[in-house]
Amino acid sequence: MTMPVLSPPKPSRVHAVLGVLMPSVCVLIGAILAFLMFPYDLSFLTRIVIMMILVVSFDLILGQAGIATLGHAAMYGCGAYMAGLLALNVTQDPLLGLLAAALAGGLVAWLSGLVLLRTHGVALLMISIAVTMVLQEVASQARWLTGGADGLAGITIGPLLGLFEFDFIGQVAFIYSVCVLAVILVFCQILIRSPFGLALRGIDGSASRMRAIGTPVYRRKVTVYVIAGAIAGIAGALAAQVTGLVGIEVFNFSLSADVMVMLILGGAGRLYGALIGTLLFMVVHHVAASIDPFNWLFVIGLMLLLVVFVLPKGLVSLPGRVTRLWRRA
Amino acid sequence: MGDGLVIAGLCKNFGGIQVAQDLTLTLSQGSRTALIGPNGAGKTTFASLLTGILKPTSGKIVLNGHDIGSLNEAARVKAGVAKTFQITNLFRDLTVRENLRLPILEREGRTHHTFRRADGWPDIEAEIFRLLQDLDIQSLADRPVGGLAYGQQRLVELALTLAVKPKVLILDEPAAGVPSTESHLIVEAIKRLPPDLSVLIIEHDMQLVFEVADRIIVLVNGAILMEGTPAEVVANTQVRELYLGAGHV
Amino acid sequence: MSLILSIAVDGIAYGMILFMISVGLSITMGLMRIINLAHGAFALLGGAVVHLLTTRMEVAFIPALLVAVFAVVLIAVLLERVLFRQIYGFTELGQVLATIGIVFIMIASINFFLGSTILPIGVPAMFTTSVDLGFRTLPFHRLVVIVSGLLVLGGLWLLMERTRFGIYLRAAVDNRAAAASLGINTPYVYLVAFAIGAGLAAVGGVLGAELLPIEAYYPLRYMVLFLIVVSVGGLGSISGSFFASIGLGILDTAGRYLLPGIGTIFFFVAIAVLLALRPNGLMGKAQ
Repeated sequence: MTMPVLSPPKPSRVHAVLGVLMPSVCVLIGAILAFLMFPYDLSFLTRIVIMMILVVSFDLILGQAGIATLGHAAMYGCGAYMAGLLALNVTQDPLLGLLAAALAGGLVAWLSGLVLLRTHGVALLMISIAVTMVLQEVASQARWLTGGADGLAGITIGPLLGLFEFDFIGQVAFIYSVCVLAVILVFCQILIRSPFGLALRGIDGSASRMRAIGTPVYRRKVTVYVIAGAIAGIAGALAAQVTGLVGIEVFNFSLSADVMVMLILGGAGRLYGALIGTLLFMVVHHVAASIDPFNWLFVIGLMLLLVVFVLPKGLVSLPGRVTRLWRRA
Repeated sequence: MGDGLVIAGLCKNFGGIQVAQDLTLTLSQGSRTALIGPNGAGKTTFASLLTGILKPTSGKIVLNGHDIGSLNEAARVKAGVAKTFQITNLFRDLTVRENLRLPILEREGRTHHTFRRADGWPDIEAEIFRLLQDLDIQSLADRPVGGLAYGQQRLVELALTLAVKPKVLILDEPAAGVPSTESHLIVEAIKRLPPDLSVLIIEHDMQLVFEVADRIIVLVNGAILMEGTPAEVVANTQVRELYLGAGHV
Repeated sequence: MSLILSIAVDGIAYGMILFMISVGLSITMGLMRIINLAHGAFALLGGAVVHLLTTRMEVAFIPALLVAVFAVVLIAVLLERVLFRQIYGFTELGQVLATIGIVFIMIASINFFLGSTILPIGVPAMFTTSVDLGFRTLPFHRLVVIVSGLLVLGGLWLLMERTRFGIYLRAAVDNRAAAASLGINTPYVYLVAFAIGAGLAAVGGVLGAELLPIEAYYPLRYMVLFLIVVSVGGLGSISGSFFASIGLGILDTAGRYLLPGIGTIFFFVAIAVLLALRPNGLMGKAQ
C-alpha cells in the first residue's frame, strides 16, 4: 500500500467529559430552580425525580436495546420492599437501603430476564406482566413479611451519611433524590457511550446482524436487564424511604404502563427524552388528576395516540422536525 | 492445521422431511466455491447449518481440526465462520463508522466493556479509518448507514463481515437486489477478498458464479448432485437439464 | 366428587366466555400481525349498550343483545377504517402504545357517560333458575354460556371450512403477501374479520357479565387475561383459542377452589412457564 496513512480524527477529551456530565448538570440546575420556585411542593417534585430514575432505567432496556416489556414495576416494587424491610428490621441507613434495593432489583431482573429475554413480541409482554402479577400476589399473601394488602408502614430512615436528618418539609429528601438521579445519569451516559452501549443499540437495530458478528445477544440483553433492574430497584427504595410507606400497588400494571408512556412521550433512546417525558407526564397528571382522574385517562390516551401517529420519536425530536420544516418553507 | 472447513455426512430433518442429506465436502483454505441449485434445493438450509442457525440432525462440521457443529451462531463466528445476508442487514440508525466499530470491538472481545468509550481504542479507530478508505466512503463516515446507496450498503455489509476476520466466509446471494450496472462492484469486491480466506458463494447469477468460483457444487433436493470445476459442471448433461437448461438467463 | 363437577362446570363456562371474547382477538392478531390491547373494549361496549337498554329503557334481553352486537360491529368497522388500518403498519411498540391509548380513551368515555360503578345487566329471570340434569342441577346461566360457546365454535368452524370468505381468511393468516398476490382483497378480509371478532367479544362480554362484571375499567382489568388466552392458544388459531380458553378457565377456577390465596400465583406462574417453553403458544406455528 502506497496510500498515505492518514490518522483518524481524535475525539476531544473535554468535549467527551462535558457530554457525560451534561444531563446531570441540566438536572441539577433545574432542581435548584424548582427548589427555589416551589418550596412547598417538594414532595411532588421528589416524586418526579424518583420517576425520572425509573424511566431512565427503562430507557436502557427499551430505548437502547429495544426490548419492549410491560413489567418494569417488578424491579421497582422489589426495591421498595427491600428498602422498607431493611429499614424496619436491620438498619436505617438510607444508602445501605439503596444498595440492598439495587441488589434485589438486579436479582429479580436476572431471574426473570433469564426466562423472558428468550422470547419476544406478545410472549415477552405477557411474561413480563405475569412476573409482576406473581410478585404482587406474593406480596399480598405473605402477610407475615410484607403486611399483605396493608403494606409496610412507619418506615423511618436514619440521617443521610449520619449527618442530615430527613426533615418534615422534605428538603433533604428532595436533595437526596436529585443527587441519586445525577449520579445515575452520569453512570448511564458512560454506559451508553461504552462498547456495551453501542452493542445494545446494535441489538436494537438488528439482533440477527449482531449474532452474525459474533455477539452473544442473549447474554448482553440479560446484562442490561439486570443493570436496569438494579436502577429501578433504587428508584423503588427512594420512594419507600421518602414516603415511609410501601404497598402492593408498587407492582401495579399501571406503573409499568406509565413508565413506558413517559419514555415514549419524551423520546426513547435519549436520556433527555426520558427526563422531559417524565416531567411533562407528571405535571399534566398532577393538574388533570386533581380535577378528575378519568379526565386524566382521556388526556393520556390522546397524548399517546398523538405521539404514535404524529411524533414517533417523542418530544425530543420536535426541535429537529420544526427546523427541518422551517428550512423547507 | 490448515485443512479448512470439513463437512462430513451432514443431515437435517424437519419432521419427516429430509432437507439436507449426507452433505460431505471440504472447503480448503483459500478456495472459492459456489453453491448453486434450483429454488428449494436446500441452499439456505445448508448455509444455516454452517452458520449455526439450524442444528444438524447428524453429521460433523470441523474447522481446522476443531468440531464446531455444536456451537451456537455467535460462537461459530468467533471460531471463524461468518456470513453476509441475502437482504442487507445493517444497523440502519447507526453511522457507517459505528457500524464498522461494532464487529471490530466484538472481534477484540470488548463489547462487554461498560466504562470505556466505544471509540477509545486508537488501534480500532485506525482500522475503521482504513476500512473507510478502502470503501472510499470517508465523507459518509458519520452519516447513518441507512442513507447510503444500496450498492454502497452491500459493500459496507461485506466490510462488516470481513472485520470479524473469518476463516470461512459465506456469501448468501451477494448480488441480490443490486442493479446490474453495479454488480461488477460486487465481483470486484469478491476478487479482492483475502487470498487465504475460504469463500462459499450462494448465488443465482451464473455469470457472477463463473467469474469468481474455481469449484461449483450443485445441490438438488437437499443432496449434492455433483461437484467440479465450472467447465465440468457446464459439461454435465444432468445439470444442464435440471438447472441451467431451465434458468440460464 | 361434587367439587370436581362444580370446578368443571364453572371452569368450562368461564372458558367459553374467554373463548367468545378472545377468539376474535386471536384471529385479528394472527391475521394482521398486530398486538391489540384494545379488544376488551368491544366486550365492554357490548355490555354497556345492553346495560343501557335493559335497565334504563326496559328493552328485553335478547333484542338488547342483538342491538348491542350490531352497534359494536358498527363501531368496530368505523375504528378499523379510521384508526386500526394505520396501526397495522406500526412497529410492535407503536401498536402497543396506540391500542393502549384507545383503551384509555374508551375507559374515560364510558366513565363520562355511565360512571365508574359496575353496570348491571337485566338478564331474563330464567337465567337465575336451575336446570335438573338428573344427576345434579346446573344454574341455567352456565348452560346458556356453554351452549353459546359451542354454537360460536361451530359457527366459526363452518365459516372457516365451508365458505369462500373462510378460505380467503385462512390464506391471509397463512401468508399475507401470497394471498394479496392471488387477488384476495386483504383489506376487506381484515375489516370483516375485525368486525366479526368485535361482535363476538360483545356477545361474550354480555353473557359473561356475571363472571367478569361490566365497568369502565373492564378492558384494562381483563386485558392480560384475554391476551394470555391468545398467546397460549397461538395467534390466529381458532381451535388453539378454544382449548386454551377451556384449559385456562378450568385452571383458574380450580386454583380458586382448591388453592385459595395462592391460586393466582399458581395461575400466572403456569402461564409464564408455558409461554417461556412455547413462545408461539400451544397451537402456534413455529417461526
